[in-house]
Amino acid sequence: MPLPLQPERSVVTVCAYCGVGCALEAQTRAGRIVRMLPWKEGKSNHGHSCVKGRFAYNYYNDPDRVRTPLIRDSIDEPWREASWDEAIAFAAAGLRGVQQRHGVRSIGAVSSSRCTNEEIYLTQKLARAVFGNNNIDNCARICHSPTQFGLSATIGAGAASQHFDSILQADVILVVGANPTEGHPVFGSLLKRRVRQGATLLVIDPRRTETVSSPHCQATVHLALRPGTNVLVLNSVAHVIVTEGLYREAFVRERCEWPEFERWQALVSDPRYAPEVAGPEAGLDPEAIRTLARRYAAGPNSAIYYGLGVTEHSQGSTGVMCLGNLALACGMLGREGVGVNPLRGQGNVQGGSCLGSWPHVYSGYRFVSDPEVRASFEAGWGVALDPEPGLRLPNMFDAAVGGDFRGMFIMGEDPVQSDPNQNHVIAAMRNMEFVVLQDLYRNETSKYAHVLLPGSSALEKDGTFTNAERRVSRVRQVVPPLAGLQDWEVVVRLMNAMGYATQYRDAGEVLLELASLTPAYSGLSFELLERVGSAQWPVDAKAPEGTEVLHLERFPRANGLGTFMLTGYVPTTERSSERYPLLLTTGRILTQYNAGTQTRRSANSQWHPEDVLEISAADAIARGIRDGEQVQVSSRFGSTQLKAVYSQRVNPGVVYTTFHHAESRVNALTSDRSDWATNCPEYKVTAVEVLRVAAPAGVSAASTQASEVLA
Amino acid sequence: MSPTVYVPNDSVALALGADALAAALQLHALRRGSPLRLVRNSSRGLYSHEPLLEVDTPAGRVGYARVSAEQVPALFDADFLHGGAHPSCIGLVERLDWLQRQERLTFARAGLTDPLCLDDYARHGGWAGLLRALELGPAATVEEIAQSGLRGRGGAAFPAGIKWRTVAAQTAAPKYVVCNADEGDSGTYADRMAIEGDPYQLIEGMAIAAYAVGASSGYVYLRSEYPHAIATFKQALERARAAGWLGARVAGSSFAFDIELRVGAGAYICGEESSLLESLEGKRGLVRARPPLPAVRGLFGQPTLVHNVISLATVPVIVARGAAFYANYGAGRSRGTLPIQLAGNLRTPGLVEKAFGVSLRELIEDFGGGTASGRPVKAVQIGGPLGAYLSAAELDLPLDYETLAQHQAMVGHGGIVVFDDRADMAALARYAMHFTAIESCGKCTPCRIGAVRGRELIERMQHAPAQAAERAAELEALCDLMEHASLCALGGMTPYPVRSAIRLFPADFGLPRPNPAKESAHVE
Amino acid sequence: MWSELRRLKADTDYGTPPRDGAPVALEIDGVAVTVPAGSSVLLAATEAGSQVPKLCACDTLEPFGSCRVCLVEIEGKRGYPASCTTPVEAGMVVRTATPRLQALRRGVLELYLSDFPADEIAGGWSEFHQTLEQVGVRSHPYGHNGASHAGAPVDQSNPYFLFDPAKCIVCSRCVRACEEIQGTFALALQGRGFDTQVVAGQNQPFFESDCVSCGACVQSCPSQALVEKSLFDGANDHATATAT
Repeated sequence: MPLPLQPERSVVTVCAYCGVGCALEAQTRAGRIVRMLPWKEGKSNHGHSCVKGRFAYNYYNDPDRVRTPLIRDSIDEPWREASWDEAIAFAAAGLRGVQQRHGVRSIGAVSSSRCTNEEIYLTQKLARAVFGNNNIDNCARICHSPTQFGLSATIGAGAASQHFDSILQADVILVVGANPTEGHPVFGSLLKRRVRQGATLLVIDPRRTETVSSPHCQATVHLALRPGTNVLVLNSVAHVIVTEGLYREAFVRERCEWPEFERWQALVSDPRYAPEVAGPEAGLDPEAIRTLARRYAAGPNSAIYYGLGVTEHSQGSTGVMCLGNLALACGMLGREGVGVNPLRGQGNVQGGSCLGSWPHVYSGYRFVSDPEVRASFEAGWGVALDPEPGLRLPNMFDAAVGGDFRGMFIMGEDPVQSDPNQNHVIAAMRNMEFVVLQDLYRNETSKYAHVLLPGSSALEKDGTFTNAERRVSRVRQVVPPLAGLQDWEVVVRLMNAMGYATQYRDAGEVLLELASLTPAYSGLSFELLERVGSAQWPVDAKAPEGTEVLHLERFPRANGLGTFMLTGYVPTTERSSERYPLLLTTGRILTQYNAGTQTRRSANSQWHPEDVLEISAADAIARGIRDGEQVQVSSRFGSTQLKAVYSQRVNPGVVYTTFHHAESRVNALTSDRSDWATNCPEYKVTAVEVLRVAAPAGVSAASTQASEVLA
Repeated sequence: MSPTVYVPNDSVALALGADALAAALQLHALRRGSPLRLVRNSSRGLYSHEPLLEVDTPAGRVGYARVSAEQVPALFDADFLHGGAHPSCIGLVERLDWLQRQERLTFARAGLTDPLCLDDYARHGGWAGLLRALELGPAATVEEIAQSGLRGRGGAAFPAGIKWRTVAAQTAAPKYVVCNADEGDSGTYADRMAIEGDPYQLIEGMAIAAYAVGASSGYVYLRSEYPHAIATFKQALERARAAGWLGARVAGSSFAFDIELRVGAGAYICGEESSLLESLEGKRGLVRARPPLPAVRGLFGQPTLVHNVISLATVPVIVARGAAFYANYGAGRSRGTLPIQLAGNLRTPGLVEKAFGVSLRELIEDFGGGTASGRPVKAVQIGGPLGAYLSAAELDLPLDYETLAQHQAMVGHGGIVVFDDRADMAALARYAMHFTAIESCGKCTPCRIGAVRGRELIERMQHAPAQAAERAAELEALCDLMEHASLCALGGMTPYPVRSAIRLFPADFGLPRPNPAKESAHVE
Repeated sequence: MWSELRRLKADTDYGTPPRDGAPVALEIDGVAVTVPAGSSVLLAATEAGSQVPKLCACDTLEPFGSCRVCLVEIEGKRGYPASCTTPVEAGMVVRTATPRLQALRRGVLELYLSDFPADEIAGGWSEFHQTLEQVGVRSHPYGHNGASHAGAPVDQSNPYFLFDPAKCIVCSRCVRACEEIQGTFALALQGRGFDTQVVAGQNQPFFESDCVSCGACVQSCPSQALVEKSLFDGANDHATATAT
């Protein structure tokens, strides 16, 4: 065999994939990336990584990359190439034109959780200071917005309370609605290491995932609950804890609002939440619920890690509140080895949350309706700002269908593939007059765009990412942007073209500006990050090098105390019926990343070339479906075809698939139900029926077509 | 009362037709209306005489040697049931010089009893050690072993008392006692004989050890190549348990102890104690790094007392008769007796238990009867395939740990293999490297690769004697590396047979005889 | 525990993981050094500035003690213990580079070299090559007709990395990385002695085994028996020109 060639240059940067945010050394030779090597000093990964960050980086110079700006007057025309100047001017004129015809609030923007903090900040600034409205949202809408709502309500901050390494001090690890070994692999490995050292693992998840059972790492209790019964089960856990007196009274009295605790205690003590009642309703053994509750409460250090299996429900925010309530009741906050930790999925979705990419808050989660806060931004930006909260992304689509909302700037997102209720989204996109999309490739959404600006990957720009442990790290440019401009530079040009004069020497200057307006980021700068590598916010005068564990002495609520929210169980209206007797839940697989934009353009597709439907043998056989057969999956909202695979990981009554391939059209199935508080879509519960494509006589596939598809 | 007839069921006897003999005896007894009581006993260890048929007579047990099933009718005709004359008769077995001159402490019961008969065991002094230990208490029992001078009989010769004290002092629970019955050295069989012939003795020894160090369970790791030992020991465990010598209340006391039998899978290296522990834990038999010592962190990470079969089988007699009794035997710092296993080219090989200090000449010529071939002794290998060779000139050396070490040799597990003048020492040196190559666990480089290279070097010496001197220098450097850089004694001791073969028999390698001054300077 | 992980340095390999513990003072090659109890002599030597050659040791993995390259001399102790598996003791006096140790190290590396593709020595830059350089071994006395693993089929099943058993030095770092760091337990050693080989799953191609392609084994392999395909000439080509 020939000798391998030695890399010449090495740049330490952050992985462009998930919320673990592994530090990687990008090694190049003759200007091309030849290897991504995990960086030993990375505090989130300690020299480890997964198949995506380590190997699937060649998407960056895939032939499909958009290399020149593209414009067109109508979506039925083919694209034509344009220069940057031409395209920016066209985009600015197009967006302003919509506003002239339909009003200031008729356009909006969506920022990308795959872009840097600096870029997200600038995108929401674009909406607020340049568009003049608060129609700005981010993809956390569809994943962790309930975390924001639910944890802020209970403990005052919608972010992970601990750093990843804190799990090494945990005695009990409770994983709810998350599959870290596939969704956050490097953190999943750390979790498994801790379990091998003797910690107890408890899992609440409808599926027997790899997190539940893998070599030398077994969950002591696995509650394979029926999809949609999170709050019921968590209340049942709480019921055991309060009725058996397992809560930490001293902690609650000292650090929480006692009257609220008593109200919550009364609620969960209700007999309907007793394990003997709630268990069967959720498909669980009551004794297992009791065991889980006792173990969690006993600790001594119990840590909660949860994911979209909690948030993407009609009671998503309620589910998060349940977790906050449990941690407070049992005194599992304010030190190492405990906490409530949302596993943020995207590389920079935490940044999106922090930096005000929301219609109702500015950066630092402060309300746009608050005059003092608004005044500080007006002063910082030199322009008057709209005091009314803007539209959330699903509402933007609703308003587009309704006629009031007609233009968008979409940065690095593919709502047509990623958002639920696809037919509705497509209808919305068609109704818009002018859509500007900035992305690496053409995608499902670009079919409905009028301007396609070339995006830059994380390998092609400078900036910062904030990972799931609040850790801000430097994204360093490894190769120049393929089309010549970093994403943030494009936004700045667009701002200028739309009449807002501004400029920055480099991304570091953007960081300094956003730090000056965001208390938790106030101490951040490129210079600090060069010195210390990374820092967890809050980074401020009190903690100049960052804060590892939150809530040590007080909770960031007005009175410094944690509180208990009432979390009555309201079953989702998305129920299985005779026509749609199975419940579909969705998730991720290790080798593909979300919409597959990057990973489908890598060799990772060799592992997962298509999304398959996991179905229990019992359900399959009852329908005459053979292992590996094509099936028609239908819901009230739409239908699609997938390959069915027998699986022992799902209980009868539950089916499961991933959503990494556009062809699967999984979101044609997902419903319009969403979280009552945040509109986070209920991806995790959809009533479906699954039939063979060549259906037996008497049952025609056509009759199950969604005739109730909403236009 | 029918006469009692003994036919051993030891593996060697079985291999020589003991079962057919026993069947024939019963058949002919029936036909002739000459009832007899047949006992399958353990072997006396005088293997040249197996199958050794014995008959109880008023004068004692009369023996008939090398008896086959075909000879049975003639034996009946000769009235062997009353000790009648027959060409195979060797008279009173107990009066045989070969047995009388031994000092059998560990093998006191060899040949006397039915191995699985609890009554036999008790009648011949069984359980006395355990009962005394329960009276003395754990600490005093440990001291008894320490004072006896017992050293590990597996080969390491480490003072047992120090190990027992170390394990006893550990506070972690539970603790284990592990018996190393993976007797892998070619030419050895004392462990096998002890388990097949006197299983309750091993059980008693392990129980005493467990009681003394505070262990609650024991494991016997027995090699798969000993199927009769496996079957016998399984039955012994069941019967001992049923009789209350194992279980929740050993001998009616509050001491709880039980033993599990585990069978190996054909790896010599699993006779090394740390690989053995890995194997017991269900893992690959790889050698562990030290520290920690198994006495501190051994099986499943717990304090573990690991001992060879003979060490544990000797414990009952030490505790029953007292440390001073045992220590009274022996020479220098090698106290007590050693069951020596004579094998190879000898007329009367077998199990010879003698106090340390017996000379090699006595063992080979008197007990062993000299070479079976009648040809002169060329080389003697002591301690297994990795033991050094001694030449005929060194036969007056006494057998004890220190003396042999001073002569770059070792006692090991007590196996002695004798070669006559037809032995090709180069082939034997090559075999030593080859043995290590095939049995290496593969963990450390000097053994994994070194043994293969060593074999190749010797082969090149054999095929191209003109360059033998260069190869010899390379081989010496390799031996030095293996001795000092290997992870365990498998690689570490391979140089012993190789270097001794070259030093004592250079001509076999095509090397010139070194001058006497150089020879003594060769000592490491 | 977390504080130990945070002490890892990108440009230094301490040989064994850092530990937490009370300080222990000892002397390495005449240099006084203090390290936490539970640290290995190899880690202490690295702290003290002694460059002890090693192959199977790596500071993200528990010590294994198989290569026998990191041997040292410790006053008052017999033999030549492996510094990676020897914990520090107060007052230890250690020497890492005596002539005797150099000779033993050279002997070990000569053995490795005797089973390594001869045409992949010159110009190599792996950790193994650097160690050969460090100890000054360029050849071996065992001839070229001995048993070897040359010609063993290369496993190219994984799209991103390959496994060339001819270069495997059976240090077991890949197996340990898959266990300790990744936690998948996809790799194992199969066979015994010279025939020991690293296998994935039930001796399957990597792609068909439980391997999740995290690359931890590739990163840990000191001899580039496991190596990224992207490092070979001609890899990383896409149809269009790449950015300069």
